[in-house]
Amino acid sequence: MAQTKRDPALIDAWQDPTARPFLQIQQVSKVFESGHYAVDEVSLEIFRGEFFSLLGASGCGKSTLLRILAGLERPTQGRVWIDGEDVTDTPPYERPVNMMFQSYALFPHMSVAQNIAFGLRQERLPKAQIKARVAEMLELVHMQDFARRKPDQLSGGQRQRVALARSLAKHPKLLLLDEPLGALDRKLRERTQFELVNIQERVGTTFIMVTHDQEEAMTMSTRLAVMEAGRILQIGTPSEVYEYPASRFVAEFIGAANLFEGRVEGYDEAAELLTIHTEAAAQHITLYHPTPLAVGTPVAVALRPEKIHVAAQIPNPDTNWVRGTVKEIGYLGDVSIYHVRTEQGSTVQVQVTNLARRTAGPLTWDDEVLLAWDEDAGVVLTL
Amino acid sequence: MSTLPSATTASGPSSARLRLQFDRGVKSLTQGRLGRTLVMATPYVWLLVFLLLPFFIVLRISLAEMVLASPPYTSLWEWTQDQTLLIRLHLGNYAYLWEDPLYLAAYLNSLKVAAIATVICLLIGYPMALGIARAPAGWRLVLLMLVILPFWTSFLIRIYAWMGLLQNQGLINQLLMWLGLIEQPLALLHSNFAVYLGIVYSYLPFMVLPLYATLVRQDLGLLEAAADLGARPWKSFVTITWPLSLPGVIAGSLLVFIPAVGEFVIPDLLGGPDTLMIGKVLWGEFFANRDWPVASAVAIAMLLVVVLPLLLLQRIGERQTTQKVNP
Repeated sequence: MAQTKRDPALIDAWQDPTARPFLQIQQVSKVFESGHYAVDEVSLEIFRGEFFSLLGASGCGKSTLLRILAGLERPTQGRVWIDGEDVTDTPPYERPVNMMFQSYALFPHMSVAQNIAFGLRQERLPKAQIKARVAEMLELVHMQDFARRKPDQLSGGQRQRVALARSLAKHPKLLLLDEPLGALDRKLRERTQFELVNIQERVGTTFIMVTHDQEEAMTMSTRLAVMEAGRILQIGTPSEVYEYPASRFVAEFIGAANLFEGRVEGYDEAAELLTIHTEAAAQHITLYHPTPLAVGTPVAVALRPEKIHVAAQIPNPDTNWVRGTVKEIGYLGDVSIYHVRTEQGSTVQVQVTNLARRTAGPLTWDDEVLLAWDEDAGVVLTL
Repeated sequence: MSTLPSATTASGPSSARLRLQFDRGVKSLTQGRLGRTLVMATPYVWLLVFLLLPFFIVLRISLAEMVLASPPYTSLWEWTQDQTLLIRLHLGNYAYLWEDPLYLAAYLNSLKVAAIATVICLLIGYPMALGIARAPAGWRLVLLMLVILPFWTSFLIRIYAWMGLLQNQGLINQLLMWLGLIEQPLALLHSNFAVYLGIVYSYLPFMVLPLYATLVRQDLGLLEAAADLGARPWKSFVTITWPLSLPGVIAGSLLVFIPAVGEFVIPDLLGGPDTLMIGKVLWGEFFANRDWPVASAVAIAMLLVVVLPLLLLQRIGERQTTQKVNP
């Protein structure tokens, strides 16, 4: 994980009621000529120094929202405020915002140094100052030796660095990154994740990144927003969104989740314990839930594969378990994923670390197993 | 007895192998090598027969002397009595071109007219090409068709149509007089203005098409990136769109400039008595004076006048591409 230690003053800015948001998006919508709502009444507040991710599948409107922030797309309605200034009608070339494009959009007829200098030259800075800044940016992305190369003489990873350097050269108040690591292979991507977070730490600029890769969003962001069909479904820190998904879509989109549908059977207010009846298990499911729910409310229980364990015996009290047979095994090195077919006929994913696997004895296909989980292992989603 | 079977057994497989090799050879010749050679040779044969051969014929005539005979020029070689092959290269035609100021003036004027017409074509053609390239995808083909449409009528007819439009009783003069803008008809036809108009009108599509081809391929994301980095639309055009379209600018300019230098029909039909262009001079030498050698010398000299700057341009282009590879 690239999660590094962050300035505590920054990391909790969104929890401080007196903090002034750096970027405010107020009920922004974008309707295309076809009548399609690419962005549907999105409101969002982002604070200075954040690394914020817009996460969603392709076509969810995240890139359109980013383009609205850059000024490349005009919202059909709503306002955008950056640092207290309404920029909704400001053209892109007058915004204190720079963007790193998914395709990098490097100017093919200019050298690396000329590409980085392009934005500075628009400001008519003195030559010496431009030169110094270009050198500084080249050093930041470790591209000093490539200053005179043209983009078509660079590898994908090198182009990505040049694009980053070019977008950071003008000291933007806000840096927008559109799938910045999308074109890199897996290994390079993981290394670049660290680098990008490190660079953000060093320059202190507010970053907003668009990505479809939930792992990337989780690793790099201070907070993230999950988008679907032009709307924001949930905003929170990576762990909040992972541990407490607000909806079924989020639970399934962020990481793998086993979902059991059922109805509320009862609620113990003293213990904050919810009893759920479900067809998917022989017994009831009991889970912690801070707010009471009426008996009979239809709910879904989301259980992460790593929160389910292979048990030797039926737990006490007699809830939160299913019995089944191992149908598929996926060995991923550090962990193994088992697909277990339950007696009730559904398939449950279980993740077992290989250390635990060794102590519990090897499991193989068609083995009968007992799966159990704790009362704080799952999230109750109201439908 | 004992050698016979061994001979047959030895020759059996080896002849089969030979046969196989032969089949393979024929196959590779017809399907692979020969086919490829034919395809690759075609353009060279074409160039040899229709460019190089005529060029040498013209070059040969340019080195002969005019005679009143058929053909109207002398032979370059002859057998003399003492069995000597006498080759006589007459350079007088070229000297004559240099000495008579008419030819130099005609060359220079042709270059001037062609250059100005090319620049005008570029000034009109660039916005057109840019407009078509940036039009909605469904519109582009229609607009391109409109650019090409005039080609469906004969070039000569279109030039005659311009004569009708430009003459004293032509549509343009009648309209201007009806509007009361002028009292007397303007002498539009048979002027240098008419020549420029004719060349620009005729060659504009040759400028628009290559420009369009480079502009339509341009990545619009680059303009977004430029705007994002603070470049206003005009600055984006100067720093991104224009430099990236230079291959199209060069291709279009050559396609207009080269034929315009040697243009004969337009200056002959639309130009006046003072319109001095090398195409007209060439025609005059051939058909009015019937001086084939001088006419050939004019043609060869024109080729050099056009080809030399072209080679230079190509050299510059090559240097730029090699710079790209080895910074």
